[in-house]
Amino acid sequence: MKDAPGTRDYDWWLLAILAAICTLGVIEIYSATHGSSLAGMHMKQVRWLLIGFALMFALSRLDYHLILDHAPVLYLIGIVALIAVLAMGHTRFGAKRWIPFLGEMFQVSELVKLIIIIVVARFFAEVRSDELSLQDLIKAGLIVGLPLVLILKQPDLGTALVLMPMLVVGAFLAGLQWQHAAVITLVGVLAIGSVFYPPISRHLLKPYQRERVTSFLHPEEDAKGSGYQVLQSKIAVGSGGFWGKGFGNGSQNQLGYIPVRYSDFIMSAWAEEQGFKGVLLALGLYMALLLRLVQNAQRAKDRAGMFLVMGVAAALGFHVLVNVAMVIGAMPVTGIPLPLMSYGGSATLFIFLAIGLVMNVRLRRFVN
Amino acid sequence: MSIWFRSDNRLPQGRLAMASYVIVGMVGVLLLGFWKLQVIDSDKYSSMAERNRVRSIPVIAPRGRMLDRDGRVLVDNRPSFSVLLLRDDPVLVEKNLPAIADGLGITMEDLKDDLSTTRALPKFQPIIIKPEASDADIAFIESHRSDIPILEMISVSRRRYISGGFMGHASGYVGEVSEQQIESSNGRFRPGDFAGKTGLERQYNDLLMGTDGMRRVIVNSVGKEVGRLSTQEAIPGKQIQLTIDYDLQQVAEQSLGTRPGAVVALDPRTGEVLAMVSRPTPDPNDFSVRVSKEEWQRLNEDPLHPLLNRAIQAQLAPGSVFKIITATAMLEDKVPPESYTAFCPGYGTFYGRQFKCWVYGKSSHGIVNYKKAILESCDIFFYNVGMKLGIDRLAYYATKMGLGHRTGIDLPSEEPGLMPSQEWVERVFHRKWYAGETISVSTGQGAVTTTPLQLARTIGGIAMGGIFKQPHLLKDAQDVGEERFAISEPTVQKITDAMYGVVNEPGGTGGALKLAGIELSGKSGTAQVIGYSTREKVGKSKKFEDNAWFVGYAPRRNPEIVVAVLVQESGQHGGTASGPVVRDIIKAYYDKKTKNTQAPTTVEYQHYDFNNGTAPGDAAAVVNAVQKQSDVSALPNATPAAAKITPPPPAKAVRR
Repeated sequence: MKDAPGTRDYDWWLLAILAAICTLGVIEIYSATHGSSLAGMHMKQVRWLLIGFALMFALSRLDYHLILDHAPVLYLIGIVALIAVLAMGHTRFGAKRWIPFLGEMFQVSELVKLIIIIVVARFFAEVRSDELSLQDLIKAGLIVGLPLVLILKQPDLGTALVLMPMLVVGAFLAGLQWQHAAVITLVGVLAIGSVFYPPISRHLLKPYQRERVTSFLHPEEDAKGSGYQVLQSKIAVGSGGFWGKGFGNGSQNQLGYIPVRYSDFIMSAWAEEQGFKGVLLALGLYMALLLRLVQNAQRAKDRAGMFLVMGVAAALGFHVLVNVAMVIGAMPVTGIPLPLMSYGGSATLFIFLAIGLVMNVRLRRFVN
Repeated sequence: MSIWFRSDNRLPQGRLAMASYVIVGMVGVLLLGFWKLQVIDSDKYSSMAERNRVRSIPVIAPRGRMLDRDGRVLVDNRPSFSVLLLRDDPVLVEKNLPAIADGLGITMEDLKDDLSTTRALPKFQPIIIKPEASDADIAFIESHRSDIPILEMISVSRRRYISGGFMGHASGYVGEVSEQQIESSNGRFRPGDFAGKTGLERQYNDLLMGTDGMRRVIVNSVGKEVGRLSTQEAIPGKQIQLTIDYDLQQVAEQSLGTRPGAVVALDPRTGEVLAMVSRPTPDPNDFSVRVSKEEWQRLNEDPLHPLLNRAIQAQLAPGSVFKIITATAMLEDKVPPESYTAFCPGYGTFYGRQFKCWVYGKSSHGIVNYKKAILESCDIFFYNVGMKLGIDRLAYYATKMGLGHRTGIDLPSEEPGLMPSQEWVERVFHRKWYAGETISVSTGQGAVTTTPLQLARTIGGIAMGGIFKQPHLLKDAQDVGEERFAISEPTVQKITDAMYGVVNEPGGTGGALKLAGIELSGKSGTAQVIGYSTREKVGKSKKFEDNAWFVGYAPRRNPEIVVAVLVQESGQHGGTASGPVVRDIIKAYYDKKTKNTQAPTTVEYQHYDFNNGTAPGDAAAVVNAVQKQSDVSALPNATPAAAKITPPPPAKAVRR
């Protein structure tokens, strides 16, 4: 390759922020599980992180233009994989999301997220004008809509929702017109409204989803269901106070009151033990991460690179927003993990591969 | 590489910058959310977290024991487990109720009852849903710790009484406090608490009942106890020592047997109750857990009234025992004079109506003076004396000597009996006293009723020369009340000599009771349940058999012990049915007195020694601290107002 980048071209700041967030995650996974039957989970997470780093570097070596070249093929692979999962995937926790791969269970939808980032970037890079036409917008909507529906079928509302910000951010940067934005916003508000409006949501949502919505609106009425989860999470966060209860000292965490405290609700465990100061640190790191991504987008060599980086930023930002808002009871429980802190194989790998794309763009910013 | 992208590579820098602002804004909003939870509402969530992890489990204070006068344990505790329901989480409670009902063998109805009666209590306070958990219940709770995390067990101590109702009426029993008791207790009682319901358990409940402690433990999210925060020790109830003598009590129990009736043994010098028996009696052990509605109904509807403590609640005609009052009044008032004699042909006519002597149809007493009249219990003599004295003099003496009002014993629900008078009939029946009624009253028939305790105190007091001590069961009672009624020394001598004669002289109605070396004295009484004329109408029926009384004491003057025995509807004379019980007790008293060097007999039941660690749980540790001191308390302030002759209205139990 003519543009073989050197090590100094990597975004070392970005890597440092990543490493810091991962460290917080590993610390809290250790604290949340060391006294339980899940002890040793933090080491498994470290293994995932190492694999993730390796994949990230590998992906960064491959020119993103080459990847974008094959976007249609990747899209096809993604759709086939989603159909395959629906047809013969493994059911866990009432949803068909997993297929076995190399002895581990992988969530296909994580891979699809990556593919959609690439496909969306490719699509908008091809748009020939500075203003996004309605026609192109609808096309983009259909491209994202198909996998979204397939993921909803699993059902996995959380992951399906993650596809939305990728589309929205892409469209926005591709020159979304304000009147279109207004219409989309209106439709979005109506959609969300219908989710919360029982006569309509009855037809749209699965019972467990309706339950989550209900318990989000009225957590007291559902003291042991997902309302219980949110309540326990809020208790954990609130009782942590400003200074926190200290590492390994959170009663909500250590006594198991926080639901899936090592994964989806890890922020709750962190907030209990490290307090508001710890939250400040964690959210500060996430903000730095996201701003750094935007900065990389701003310095991208071309629009394609920018769309790739901003697709990643949109996905990560949405993850952080939805997960953290859930932890403090500001959004319903959707099962979206906190990037890099929550324990998880597929999710961690997705994030590192996504960051790999960002590095990819970064490494090639000066080359013309 | 295909040329699919725009060659124009101007980036939308404005919109990218906007994305940065959105990111900063988003993080800012999230931080505000954390600020609200962690800084503004932190206290609220901290207390919720505490409530999550901390579970408060009551530590039940053991009740104080009851000892006899020699320190032998009469009422003790035994370890037991109660099942608690933790109600913090109404959803969990609702969900698990059927499984709990099934697993513990309680009906859903009972469970819901328990929950509704305790609705007003704070949610963190667990309630007892099953006292006396069986091994199966314990196994059920242990094996369902994770799926039914709202059950808990506590160690409690249950009352253990000597079996068979030994001293059961005096000791009373404990039971779950009623809603009424809870309301009037100013927060001292909570639902599910046990408190004394009757007898000494109720009288001295405040002493006997300790203060429950609280154990605060840490539980994890599935309800498993993982640590202990603090233990507020239960303060055990105080031990009380009674005046009861186990040996005499045992003799009294055995001697009365299963016959319905009562025994009261007093030390007339002090008012100490040495023995108290009432038959029939339920076994208070049956009440120490929870008595079923059916059982309770059965006990209440039993025609023999097993719940009635006859020693203090049976208000019955004293029969000829009352003649001691009449004779004392006669000798004191000298109306008629001491030398007065009457002729008894077996019957007499007063106010145009024929009254019979008890020997009517069998023999007659002939000429009788006061002494022969007492010895042989001649009715005709006392009819005449009563007629001469008049009802108001009789009432005056009877009331002064302890009849017609409560003795003030330290037991709840004592009945006052009734001493009729002119004033009484006017007040209650709004009519004049019929002179004929005096005839019946003078021999302890008619409207006059007494309790066995009253008779023991009255006869003992007369033999003491007119000192009537307040009967009591608490050994260290202070301020024991006493009523003094000056009876002249010659009268006391004559009366006590006559009562000595009842047992020890030829012709006495208690002749069979004679005890060598002991000056057993007394008076028999055979009280008609219905009048002679009525009896002739209904014929002989067991239901209307006579009540047999005997009140005996020893020695002849300044007695150490007085025993009143009632055997109800035995159909026998007082001397025959009740006399032997008196004799047995007084004999036992002297036997013990002469063999005083001998070690006291031990109480024949095993009491649990908590010190040996036989009782599991915290209650055991706490009981170690049982204070040996038996707290002293003043007797109920019931020094009767005897000066004014105002007998209370007639009670239901009056039989005539």
